[in-house]
Amino acid sequence: MPNLQIIPLDYYIIFCSALFAIGVVGVLVKRNALVIFMSIELMLNSANLLLAAFSAYRNDPAGQIFVFFIMVVAAAEVAIGLALLVMIYRSTHTIDINVLNKLKW
Amino acid sequence: MGFNIYDFTGMTHNMHVSFMEHMSPLMTTIVEWTIIGVCYLLFIALFGLFLVYAERKVCAMFQQRMGPMRVGYWGLLQTIADFIKLLMKELITPKGVDKFLYNLAPFIIMIATFMAMAVLPFAKGLQTLDFDIGVFYVTAVSSIGVIGILIAGWSSNNKYSLIGAMRSGAQILSYELSVSLSLVTMIILAGSMQLSVIVEGQRDAWFIFKGHVPALIAFVIFLIAGTAETNRGPFDLAEAESELTAGFHTEYSGIKFAFFFLAEYINMFIVAAMAVTVFLGGWMPLHFGSLESFNHVMDFIPPLVWFFLKVGGVIFLIMWFKWTFPRLRVDQILTLEWKYLLPINLVNILLMSLVVLTKFHL
Amino acid sequence: MIFSKYLFFILSFIAIYAALKVLISKKPMHSVLYLTLTFFAIGGHYILLNAQFLAVVHIIVYAGAIMVLFIYTVMLLNLNIQGEFPKSRLAKFASAIAGGILLFTLIAVFRSYDLKVLADPSLNQIGLVKNLGKILFQDYYLPFELSSILFLAAMVGAVMLGKKDIY
Repeated sequence: MPNLQIIPLDYYIIFCSALFAIGVVGVLVKRNALVIFMSIELMLNSANLLLAAFSAYRNDPAGQIFVFFIMVVAAAEVAIGLALLVMIYRSTHTIDINVLNKLKW
Repeated sequence: MGFNIYDFTGMTHNMHVSFMEHMSPLMTTIVEWTIIGVCYLLFIALFGLFLVYAERKVCAMFQQRMGPMRVGYWGLLQTIADFIKLLMKELITPKGVDKFLYNLAPFIIMIATFMAMAVLPFAKGLQTLDFDIGVFYVTAVSSIGVIGILIAGWSSNNKYSLIGAMRSGAQILSYELSVSLSLVTMIILAGSMQLSVIVEGQRDAWFIFKGHVPALIAFVIFLIAGTAETNRGPFDLAEAESELTAGFHTEYSGIKFAFFFLAEYINMFIVAAMAVTVFLGGWMPLHFGSLESFNHVMDFIPPLVWFFLKVGGVIFLIMWFKWTFPRLRVDQILTLEWKYLLPINLVNILLMSLVVLTKFHL
Repeated sequence: MIFSKYLFFILSFIAIYAALKVLISKKPMHSVLYLTLTFFAIGGHYILLNAQFLAVVHIIVYAGAIMVLFIYTVMLLNLNIQGEFPKSRLAKFASAIAGGILLFTLIAVFRSYDLKVLADPSLNQIGLVKNLGKILFQDYYLPFELSSILFLAAMVGAVMLGKKDIY
């Protein structure tokens, strides 16, 4: 017997899908590498929230542990990614990703 | 409504019950939140003013001066006069600043300070939020303040502010590690992150005595890192007057400057209160194992007095640092954290785990 | 809880508004700060789900560490002078449509599953640090240790990349 007071799980699904879509649009629209990075963080976060929501609604703690590990990986990824970004800026003096087309044939 | 100076649980409970009798649950929640908010505001304003006065007097003491003496008896009204002066000053917004962020930054810092205050246990039952992750919560919330500092420095459109903000950001980020690791050391000993449980666990002996050597090391590290995290003492190179005029709040004036100033002093109080809660027994009186009569005399002093006495002691210690040590350079600060405090801390956690595992503590 | 539904809507609105603002803002610094606002709203969502431990870890990792790194990068790169690199209107339009289609596909896929609600999130205790800690250190001990090695590698890598005389 589901309780009528609780927030339906569908709401979380819609909200997280919307956040994920915004992140995808950000990656597609922007040319600024920093903003693309932020959009990726947004997508990771929407996935995190959905995992946590599923774990809370299905009484399974594994989901929250996964969120924990995703956060760990995201932190490592950002540290490396921003270091790379600073390196790119040093050599090309821009972070426009369209400049980085040297490997294109 | 029984007013018990040793245990506030009954008083707060009675208040809640009597509110519930007269109002709807929603109104009760709103009224209770308002009361708590007003109490914290009053406390922050008054205690901040007192701390500024205390700082000036302590500074004067170390420099063999008298300090403020003119306004009021022994200069007691000096800080109030200063505060009125700050309120009356014109709010200057320099040219080329990012207006929205420039005005937002002081509030972010104040909010971070406010949020950290919420979990501090002042006495038994006198605690707003009793999370099961209280210690963790304080570390999380205090990290929000960094964003405020960085925004303030960046939006001021001033190179001194920017350099000051970057210095203090790097410093706070690195020293946060030491603060949280030294708290982790004590969490291993306490077996809980809930602040009320931590305080309750120190009924027989304060953790600094209970955990002897590792606890003492953790306490010293916590004091050093806490001082650095509040941008004070020998670590105040973010606002090194001789090089950067005033650091990240160079361009702020009037009440906005007062916010930064107040937040700095309240942060010092929070560091001291955390040190007291986790290491020095919170509001618990000083007990020695077998001295029955001594323990009874100590029990007679109310917990609020104990709490503020200990906090005052730690704050005096922090001020003592500030006015006796010379300021460190940037590279010296980062070397101290990454090459000395962090390795010592990691080894210390191992030591504490061994102590807890072998039940070597008191 | 009657409030929790309203809280959900308020937090969701803030999160989506700020997420859109991340893309719309001209200055990278504003993007970073709006992203921080989104993260705080998501932290609020974690608390609504009674996952307090995750909420605090989220605030520490994202608001305390990652966003500060982003702000530092913006400050170091001096991006405001460069401004925005505009894309063609066609590309913008196409990507917006692509994002919209993705959103509908995602919702349709989730809708087609029968998602059973087994527990009331405001009552269950799995998000408390005691339960999570037990599971983390019993079932997921090896991944936990491996993640520490990952962190060490990331730290060394970042320092290596950040050095000027790397060649």
